[in-house]
Amino acid sequence: MLCRRVIACLDVADGRVVKGTKFVDLVDEGDPPELAERYAAEGADELVFLDITAAPEGRGTLLDIVERTARRAFIPLTVGGGVRSVRDMREVLRAGADKVALNTAAVADPLLVSRCAARFGSQAVVVAIDARRANAAGWEVVVRGGRKSTGLDSVAWAERVVELGAGELLVTSIDRDGTRSGYDTELLRAVSSRVDVPVVASGGAASPADFVAAIRDGGADAVLAASIFHRRLVSIAEVKAAMADAGLPVRGIVRSAA
Amino acid sequence: MTGPIPRRPRVAVVDYGAGNLVSMDQALDRVGAEVVFVRDAEAFRDVDAIVVPGVGAAGPAMERLRRRGLVDPILAWIAAGRPLLGICLGLQLLFEASDEDGAETLGVIPGRTRRLVDAPTLPHIGWNQVDRVRAHPVFDGIAPGADFYFVHSFAGVPDPTTAADVVLTRTTHGGTFVSAIARDNVLGVQFHPERSGADGLRLLANAVELVRSGGFGAPGAPDARARASEPVAV
Repeated sequence: MLCRRVIACLDVADGRVVKGTKFVDLVDEGDPPELAERYAAEGADELVFLDITAAPEGRGTLLDIVERTARRAFIPLTVGGGVRSVRDMREVLRAGADKVALNTAAVADPLLVSRCAARFGSQAVVVAIDARRANAAGWEVVVRGGRKSTGLDSVAWAERVVELGAGELLVTSIDRDGTRSGYDTELLRAVSSRVDVPVVASGGAASPADFVAAIRDGGADAVLAASIFHRRLVSIAEVKAAMADAGLPVRGIVRSAA
Repeated sequence: MTGPIPRRPRVAVVDYGAGNLVSMDQALDRVGAEVVFVRDAEAFRDVDAIVVPGVGAAGPAMERLRRRGLVDPILAWIAAGRPLLGICLGLQLLFEASDEDGAETLGVIPGRTRRLVDAPTLPHIGWNQVDRVRAHPVFDGIAPGADFYFVHSFAGVPDPTTAADVVLTRTTHGGTFVSAIARDNVLGVQFHPERSGADGLRLLANAVELVRSGGFGAPGAPDARARASEPVAV
């Protein structure tokens, strides 16, 4: 049976791992390849890099970091931020990423999802959806790190990008991001019940129980967290133990590489 | 039979613009191979084994292999009984054709690549158990049922008449599919050992060690070294 994945997320700005609350007030958290290797040794099933600066002049730095990371962590790596074309995606894959996450660029040009999927396969195309609670009925898609509204409904957008060829969805609750108040399981359930591709839960993790809830209540296939791992508030092993206790299939904890 | 290769085995990783070569390079280097990226058949001359990696659809991949003049040299390599490891799409290409886009593939292993049956989610992304149906030294030191990393929607379905000689492992995602094959000096894995943590590195280390000692273990397979100086038939 497919294991439920625990994913460590590294928000990268100007070559460093950073974390803020609701995408602002960024704090330096370390060197990306170093953290990546630590997480791989601690049993992370996958890594996600989100380049949150994504300024054109920063691309070279990002590709270099992706390559340095891919050379140190022998687990899957997804890279998002600033990928606007098939060519961009190719560069990121060639630097060592396994998957690319499209976000703002997909909203601006939905057919980019199709072109990337046609060229590299759906399995390499993740669409990242930043969702903000709009009203009792739904969640709006926001872009540019949560600063810009799109008017799109998150669930409808999820269905659309899956039709266009997205192989996985990374669903972040902007309301919960960095707040340590638990994943938005309602949002996750709303999306996961409407698509048949894996859904990765993001935004708000605080305790091992939150990860279990994202899977059991939210229907997520994978759970992602950043700051609580960076700051060692919760370990990947603790999360996996809680998941195993809840009867969820998890990959065995790998021994430390040190 | 001549003796083992007295140096780091040289492994050609076929670069046809399909996916992640950095992790492949680094993982093979870590387990003691010298990696040569191959974009044309010339580079097959001085290597001991070929790895065909790959992610994506079969049709475009075959087209790129053809454009680079690699299809016939790869077929000649296999026909000569020399070691080849196909990974993910690289395994699927060993079969006769793919349902993904109808592409005709290398046709080395009887059967075709089909969409996963009864899969609860597609693509099948993540860590899943690899259950051995017969022993093979490439899995030495790896616990039975260990998890490996998969990213795919299709898998090779060996022809029933020859499946028993081909299938090495099976994995279940809804339905059960073939997750590794071995026949003569051809090995294929549907998962990504270069992305499967410690167990993945162990599998690659075993593969490199088998190449060093003469091949992937099929009795009577031509020894890699005996042919190392022969030019590849093009």
